Amino acid sequence: MNNIILDIQDLKVQFPINIGTVRAVDGVSLKLKQGEVMGLVGESGCGKSTLGFSILRLLRTPGRIASGRIFYHGRDIVGMSEKEVLKLRGRRIAMIFQDPLTSLNPLFSVGRQFVETLQTHEKGINKKEAIARAESMLESLGISKERLQEFPHQMSGGMRQRIMIGMGLILNPDLLIADEPTTSLDVIVEAQFLDLLADLCRKFNLTIILITHNLGNVAQLADRITVMYGGTLAEVGPAGDIFHTPLHPYTQGLLASIPNIKLDQPELTPMEGSPPDLVNPPSGCVFHPRCPQAMEICTRQRPPAFQKNGHQVNCWLYR
Amino acid sequence: MAEDLITVKELKMHFPLQKGLLDNLLAREKLSVRAVDGVSFSIKKGEVLGLVGESGSGKTTTGRMILKLLEPTSGEVFYNGRSIFSYSKNEMEKLREKMQIIFQDPYASLSPRMSIGKAISHPLKIHALYDKQEAKQVCLAMMEKVGLSPASFLYKKYPHQLSGGQRQRVVIARALVTRPDFVVADEPIAMADVSVRAMILELMIKLKKEFDLTYLFITHDLATCKYICDRLAIMYLGRIVEIGPLAEVFKNPVHPYTATLLDAVPVPDPTYKRTHPIPKGEIPSAINPPPGCRFNPRCNLAEKSCREHDPELARVGEDHFVACPVMSTRLRS
Repeated sequence: MNNIILDIQDLKVQFPINIGTVRAVDGVSLKLKQGEVMGLVGESGCGKSTLGFSILRLLRTPGRIASGRIFYHGRDIVGMSEKEVLKLRGRRIAMIFQDPLTSLNPLFSVGRQFVETLQTHEKGINKKEAIARAESMLESLGISKERLQEFPHQMSGGMRQRIMIGMGLILNPDLLIADEPTTSLDVIVEAQFLDLLADLCRKFNLTIILITHNLGNVAQLADRITVMYGGTLAEVGPAGDIFHTPLHPYTQGLLASIPNIKLDQPELTPMEGSPPDLVNPPSGCVFHPRCPQAMEICTRQRPPAFQKNGHQVNCWLYR
Repeated sequence: MAEDLITVKELKMHFPLQKGLLDNLLAREKLSVRAVDGVSFSIKKGEVLGLVGESGSGKTTTGRMILKLLEPTSGEVFYNGRSIFSYSKNEMEKLREKMQIIFQDPYASLSPRMSIGKAISHPLKIHALYDKQEAKQVCLAMMEKVGLSPASFLYKKYPHQLSGGQRQRVVIARALVTRPDFVVADEPIAMADVSVRAMILELMIKLKKEFDLTYLFITHDLATCKYICDRLAIMYLGRIVEIGPLAEVFKNPVHPYTATLLDAVPVPDPTYKRTHPIPKGEIPSAINPPPGCRFNPRCNLAEKSCREHDPELARVGEDHFVACPVMSTRLRS
């Protein structure tokens, strides 16, 4: 298929530390279609951010890709030289982070940071052109162009996050990795930002990986959802199905334990136990110690991906 | 009807901004951040009041003043009918047994050098409530109550050896070990993992029944309020804009800000569509809050009078008060 923009095959990312090896991502395979919004959901420590970082080869030491392939438009990012990866970063694949204040330089005006980004990546662009590009970008973000002269501290949190996404998109990438982009924002600003993201996705024909722990966020935006648990995939499927007919016991448990303001559910059903230790992950299925439906085989063997009702679900129940 | 345990009257907290020499020489006007600017409410015995607002609305500052962790600029806090500012130092120390706080961040609020048994029994030591042997027994019993079991095994552990959920249980146990009757819970589940949040919330509800507690539940997340709060107070820029029974506020939010806030809550359902447009802009600075109603620059119902008059809370229903004259008038007609 031609419209596959990203094809991750059996990716393993490990962090060797003094007490052993953290298996942050442990055998993840995932395909992304051009123009889709993929919600990557999971709790802290499930490997969702690590997966995002490894696509851009931005893993912090001692993290390393132990095995697996990441094909972007058919080219393997894992095998690329650092120089080749540099050409992808920002230009083809952009990433925005959780905290816009630490991602922007406090010493330079926002305009100067835009110009610098453009001049670094596009040789020969003059300052005037660069500013014009930045101004038109600000317009699509709903910010007046006068604010290019301002410094990050003069802007509100929501505006900074919009600047961040603008800077990510100024080089016209076709893949955007957004790592918890709304976690530091208040609810109303968060809703504004998600609306903007949906709008930009159409306008720039973007493919987005939206990494978040907030299931409410992805519900509004994502076409498909990937649920991760303990470095592995639990379930992948269309957003509607994941929310209405979740198959994996972890997805079911997660959905029953999160508050839904519109539902008439008098109490939440908490999930027992806590997320696994990734230095010594449980044998077999990593979820089995918390799984209410665990069987004998779950303790022995890691479940492969089974296809069921158009979902991919990594659970022995659907053998 | 239960009596009021906590009453807050016209509480204000203005943090002065530091002035430079030049400002002093030129006698420039003194500026201050009006974090809390005239807040009044009461909490009945056994009740859970949810104090909800965005960052910068003054909800945490209010919580801290009620516990006298911050000295307010003006206003009063009454505990069982007596102003806590009239307590002497010794009396206040005694009162602290009865009023406790659960902090948001279980990583920052536990000393990494204190075993959790020590941390939990520390308040008992400070208040000299029991001898050493008894204190340990009380501590172990409390640990079992909050689900830290086996307690005798975990007693000697250090915070870094525990999971995030367990740490928050330690923080809760430490707050409850002196058997308080009033607890300020400041975003108690915001830092917890998604799957652990429900567990902490359920634990808090269970402990409330068991120990006959009264909570002030501070949060930015309206959705969690639904499961624990009896009443809600919505704050915006240092003021309460709406206060009333939870079901009533959820079903018939009167203040435009409350309606907006309720509508912005992300719903985990892809088929759900928002009913109102999200307002533009963000919460303004509390240094120079807008004159009149503080929400008026972002409100699509704003009239001329909203810019001129500071609205007071007015009754719109059973125990339901709203600071919006426009909506109150509409409801009446």
